[in-house]
Amino acid sequence: MRYLPLTDTDRADMLAKCGADSIDDLFVDVPAVAQLDGPIRDLPMHASEMIVERHMKALAGKNLTAENTPFFLGAGAYRHHIPASVDTVIQRGEFLTAYTPYQPEIAQGTLQMLFEFQTQVARLYGCAVANASLYDGSTACWEAVAMATRVTKRNRAVLSGALHPHYAEVVKTMAQFTGDEIADSAPAIQTEPDLEGLTSRIDENTACVVVQYPDILGRISDLSEVADAAHEKGALLVVVNTEPVALGAIKSPGEMGADIVVGEGQALGVGLQFGGPYLGLFAVRDAKHVRQMPGRLCGETTDAEGKRGFVLTLSTREQHIRREKATSNICTNSGLCALAFTTHMTLLGEKGLRQLAAENHRLACLAADRLEKVPGVKLLNNAFFNEFTLMLDGKPAREIVRDLTERGVLGGVSLGRLYPGVEALEHALLVAVTETTTVEDIEVLATELEAVIASDAAHSTAQMEPAQ
Amino acid sequence: MPRYFTDEHEWIDVEDDIATVGITDYAQEQLGDIVFVELPAIGTMLDKGGDAAVVESVKAASDVYAPITGEVAEGNGMLEDDPALVNSSPEEDGWFFRMTVSDKAELEGLMDEAAYKEFVAGL
Repeated sequence: MRYLPLTDTDRADMLAKCGADSIDDLFVDVPAVAQLDGPIRDLPMHASEMIVERHMKALAGKNLTAENTPFFLGAGAYRHHIPASVDTVIQRGEFLTAYTPYQPEIAQGTLQMLFEFQTQVARLYGCAVANASLYDGSTACWEAVAMATRVTKRNRAVLSGALHPHYAEVVKTMAQFTGDEIADSAPAIQTEPDLEGLTSRIDENTACVVVQYPDILGRISDLSEVADAAHEKGALLVVVNTEPVALGAIKSPGEMGADIVVGEGQALGVGLQFGGPYLGLFAVRDAKHVRQMPGRLCGETTDAEGKRGFVLTLSTREQHIRREKATSNICTNSGLCALAFTTHMTLLGEKGLRQLAAENHRLACLAADRLEKVPGVKLLNNAFFNEFTLMLDGKPAREIVRDLTERGVLGGVSLGRLYPGVEALEHALLVAVTETTTVEDIEVLATELEAVIASDAAHSTAQMEPAQ
Repeated sequence: MPRYFTDEHEWIDVEDDIATVGITDYAQEQLGDIVFVELPAIGTMLDKGGDAAVVESVKAASDVYAPITGEVAEGNGMLEDDPALVNSSPEEDGWFFRMTVSDKAELEGLMDEAAYKEFVAGL
């Protein structure tokens, strides 16, 4: 239990300073339905620590969590098994600080780890250079757009409709302040992404085209032609990846001609953690772009005694030196998450990553085959890695997900949730399957999904029959 | 050939309506070992006082401003492979770029060598 030494006067002073009448005013952005409307129910105003803990644990026990439920949620955050050794290794004293080191050379363990992290990310992405990480995939995506505008001296970005909508939102939010023009659209429900439509939107003022791979619907396509089309117009190709494990099975974005590759690193070592902190990955295919990269870079060197050592390099591009002309106003990195990523990746090795990817894909294929047999369910994808899109008959997928939750199954992410109000997408459901998914989980989802769709159909039929 | 200086420590040689621009010996000494020079693209229109190039040393990255208004005609390609030229020969081989002179009157506001020496002595 924490001791909070604020007095009522302290609070009143702070509220007056920031111009709020009450503490509740600070929470106006939280929807009213999500706010607690009074004291916590059944918790007395005065109780012992043990009583409070028992009560709060019982309340927490009402949550349906990823750990104890058949779980098929993905859409940018993936449940994977994290070896217990990851947690042990990241707590070792050699990693003096988990934060980005400001007196870097004293933290050789941290620097060596970052150097290895950069090597792993660069190899995973098929790129020449990766940085020491950014905050998360969506902010890395914006940084890629900003970098492309610096490199090309143009100010328009074309976003693929199949880019994660949250990433597109972050890009649009940031662009409000830079004045860059962002051309985006919603995804079309079709088996293959419309890459021709995408390339036709690239013009002479386009700094970059941003494509997710695998995309928000789980589709996988060769992006070489998009790269060629972008390069022909003098634009860069930015490829976004939200599931790094996929790159253990499919061609790397760098190999397909992506100039900047960014993504979310959460899937390896980090865990779901209620949505954060996560890990932004950022790499460039051609080393000539290194000085336009945002963030920190760790480099290898030899010290005065000729011994191998590590330094932070190219810091002159960063804001503590270049001020408002820095490549980014983010100089920090997700140090602890990067350490966890690298530890997990090191334990896997290249062979292990490939095996892990193969296992994810095998189980995802099993799930897709089984779910496709459920009446009223169609599989959209021709190709996928560990996540695919189902089209469901009957009521909107968002409601079906809620019904499944009532039955103790976290069945997936509905596109209705990601794109509220877009009718064309409301019957689509994203289903993610990883090595943590069991064959039993798949069977439970198939059975419950069938029951939910059937009861909805029966209900609709009953409603349509005239009253006797 | 007249040589002019700015209070941002750039020098300019003007010959046949083309100005060659670099940074002064004093500037390179202040910056330390130069590791990278980012030059403006040919054809870029520069406004007097606006950002023209970036010079990066082990200590800092600094902007080089356009001493006059004009269009970039040429960049010193040698700096790409050997940025240390700025240290070894700042006022000769280590020039940055060449540009057109849009308005000769702008040159009148700049310092000559004697005035620049005096300016540096006063720093």
